[in-house]
Amino acid sequence: MVPKIHKDHQRFRQIIKGRIRDDLRKFLTRGELIGKEGKQLVSIPVRGVDLPHFRYGDNDDAGVGAGEGRPGQPLDADDEGTGPGGTEPGRHILEVDISLDELADILGEELQLPRIEPKGKHKITSEKDRYSGIRQAGPESLRHFKRTFRQALRRQIMTGTYDPAHPLVVPIRQDKRYRSWKTVLKPQSNAVIIYMMDVSGSMGDEQKELVRIEAFWIDTWLRRNYEGIESRYIVHDVRAYEVDKHTFYHVREDGGTKISSAFRAGKELIENHYNPHEWNIYLFHFSDGDNSSESDSRVCCEMLTEQLLPNINLFGYCQVASAYGSGNFINVLHEHLPDTDGMVTSRVNTRDDIYDSIKVFFDKGR
Amino acid sequence: MSIGPVALELPRDLAEQAEIIADHARREGLDFYDTIFEMLDFDGMNQVAAYGGFPQRYPHWRFGMEYERLRKQHAYGLGKIYEMVINNDPCYAYLLNDNAPVDQKTVMAHVYAHCDFFKNNIWFSRTNRKMIDEMANHATRIRRHIDKHGLDAVERFLDVCLSLENLTDPHSVFMRRIAPEHGADQDESGIEHQVVRYPAKQYMDRYINPPEALAANRQKLTVEHDKPRRIIPMTPHRDVLLFLLKWAPLEDWQNDVLAMVREEAYYYAPQGQTKIMNEGWATYWHSTMMTRYILQADELITYAEHHAGTLAMGPGRLNPYKIGVELLRDIEDRWNRGRYGKDFDDCKDLEQRRRWGEDRKVPERVVGKESPGREKIFEVRKVCNDVTFIDGYLTPEFVERYRLFHYRYDPSTNRMVVVDRNFKKIKRQLLFSLTNHAQPFIYVVDGNYANRGELYLVHQHNGVDIDIRFSTETLKNVQHIWGRPVHLQALIDDEMMLFSFDGEQSKQQKINDALPKPVHAL
Repeated sequence: MVPKIHKDHQRFRQIIKGRIRDDLRKFLTRGELIGKEGKQLVSIPVRGVDLPHFRYGDNDDAGVGAGEGRPGQPLDADDEGTGPGGTEPGRHILEVDISLDELADILGEELQLPRIEPKGKHKITSEKDRYSGIRQAGPESLRHFKRTFRQALRRQIMTGTYDPAHPLVVPIRQDKRYRSWKTVLKPQSNAVIIYMMDVSGSMGDEQKELVRIEAFWIDTWLRRNYEGIESRYIVHDVRAYEVDKHTFYHVREDGGTKISSAFRAGKELIENHYNPHEWNIYLFHFSDGDNSSESDSRVCCEMLTEQLLPNINLFGYCQVASAYGSGNFINVLHEHLPDTDGMVTSRVNTRDDIYDSIKVFFDKGR
Repeated sequence: MSIGPVALELPRDLAEQAEIIADHARREGLDFYDTIFEMLDFDGMNQVAAYGGFPQRYPHWRFGMEYERLRKQHAYGLGKIYEMVINNDPCYAYLLNDNAPVDQKTVMAHVYAHCDFFKNNIWFSRTNRKMIDEMANHATRIRRHIDKHGLDAVERFLDVCLSLENLTDPHSVFMRRIAPEHGADQDESGIEHQVVRYPAKQYMDRYINPPEALAANRQKLTVEHDKPRRIIPMTPHRDVLLFLLKWAPLEDWQNDVLAMVREEAYYYAPQGQTKIMNEGWATYWHSTMMTRYILQADELITYAEHHAGTLAMGPGRLNPYKIGVELLRDIEDRWNRGRYGKDFDDCKDLEQRRRWGEDRKVPERVVGKESPGREKIFEVRKVCNDVTFIDGYLTPEFVERYRLFHYRYDPSTNRMVVVDRNFKKIKRQLLFSLTNHAQPFIYVVDGNYANRGELYLVHQHNGVDIDIRFSTETLKNVQHIWGRPVHLQALIDDEMMLFSFDGEQSKQQKINDALPKPVHAL
């Protein structure tokens, strides 16, 4: 039995998702959604959902308030506030919260991506504590101030020790209230994404922005398909390092490029931490396709076929256009490893290519 | 099979309390319909709230959107709904099942005062008191339309109607008009005058103007004359929805849907017109009854905390509960002390005003209408809506006491800033934001504009422009119903503009002499 309102609610969500799907190409090129990953929800401005009415325009933004304040003083302390005018319903663009999972579903439907079949059925779980209640004993650090205070106030009024003229409220031990917690089991990652990026001089800011957006959507889609996921980041020029996410997108090096260094670092990472029998491993490499030497490119191909591809689900190579560089590496891959299972390549020259690039990467459902 | 929210049985102790509180309320002079309390869990409360207080509404995504908003609001701790009450006979009110008993008692006291307000305030006098049944009927009718014409068609049409739901005239329910006669009277001689007659010598007249031709011509003119003159509307008309119902080329089911949307809009209108008064009145009585009769010692703190929370005012947000209850208390006190009438109003000496009636003995522990102040507030609750309430009873002293100020958007800083504490401006701004529920006034002035069957609407400008983008979108919906091109005349940045939509293209132009004039000017 579904309560009626849930039908209305489902219909509302359906309309929103439809609007997002219609505009998906546009959303796919936008950087604003990023930075919200890690949170469960992203808020997306959806156009034309709410019903329009004849209403007053912006010179309506005035009103009456109450409280202290000299003429000229702003009402709200923070800078972003737009005052009461901004919060009333009926604005034509509706900010809708949508979970990353739903977003991924929309992506999957629109791009007609097949569901990924995870290998192995390993479920690693971890324990996590959640604060969920109140109790009368506990460590001081978890004391609930307001509840304690209220309890003390009650007691003092009841026992007649409360003096309104000197409203001094002193909690005793019995008044104290503490937050309590419940332990919940959370499934842990069984997939890992290793991002590798060329940060040599030829990769500029615009190229990195493309990588960021592309990586965001890769992340979103893979997270939808696995219960938990880990991300690792490797940057390289002639040598490779593992770095954190922030560094990954912001570090800039000069000098040449040796792609094999990144492959080697990736391989070591897998060997040390991720047993291929337990983990679904994804390897993505972003580069402008400029490699220092032919011989290094050959080394790369050998490493791929012999050491990497047998152990991982997918190797994605994404080549972004840059003003410098030969952009030849993608051709080398095509030449040496034609029709290789588990390897996909794509070129992303502008933001508009991201849509197709994502589709190519996950078209095989690996 | 789908279900509405499941009401839980009211526990016996609360049912007993409800009786006790009702007795107190009656003794204080409150007069209400039978009131039925139902318990809902948190989700049920949100469902009912999303449905505008009703257990049954027609299916529409807008309710789902509201439901999501409410659910989120609570999840983020931005307040929950404590009470809900429906203007209906009997009155239905909902209690949230996990509220503390003292909260439930407060809510019940609050609810009885709301019911009294619904029953006695004049602005509610024309509302349908069987609205629960009516809403359920609407739901059934719309479902039937959906079964017959498909969800998409009905939903699309509902969207269009709901987008126009504020184009009503809340005062029209109190007007009775006598339909004017069709056109101006012209007697037979007027017709005789119009019969075509060619100049001729008398002896030739029979041949040049044969009597049979004259008779035929006369006959035609008479028929023409008896036809009603098609000037629609006869006068500028604010109830645009009614106008569309009458004249737009709608199918039966569409007419039915539009009529339902209009009926619901009229049902809700008085609640929008009396927000401050209604909440003020209910708060006045829950606080009076709780503190005087109902509160137990051990409930005091919880009560005080929640009561204070209800009345809290943040900067830039006028809390209708707070303003309403304080203004009612102020009126009670003024009438007890004789601070009213021409002498008081004309007195400009602040000090003298402050001391006016200071030595009068104000009756204490009044029950019902025993004091002049109480008598006055009962009168106010009968005849006022928010506009007349603020207009008649807001005083400079009140504005000063509650530190009210006037604020405005400052484009240079992109923020709302305090402008000043000028009484007149504050009052004007308050009245503006309450008039017509802060919606623009839109009139139909011509249903056959330029003799092309086009619809001509006018925005009556009261100092604030309408929003162009929203208006263009809304105009499309008007056109969807009207079928022929539609126009909206509005003053934008001191220029008289005409917005038009012909079904395919939106157009806007400055109004000049070359454009045909509508039959009525506003």
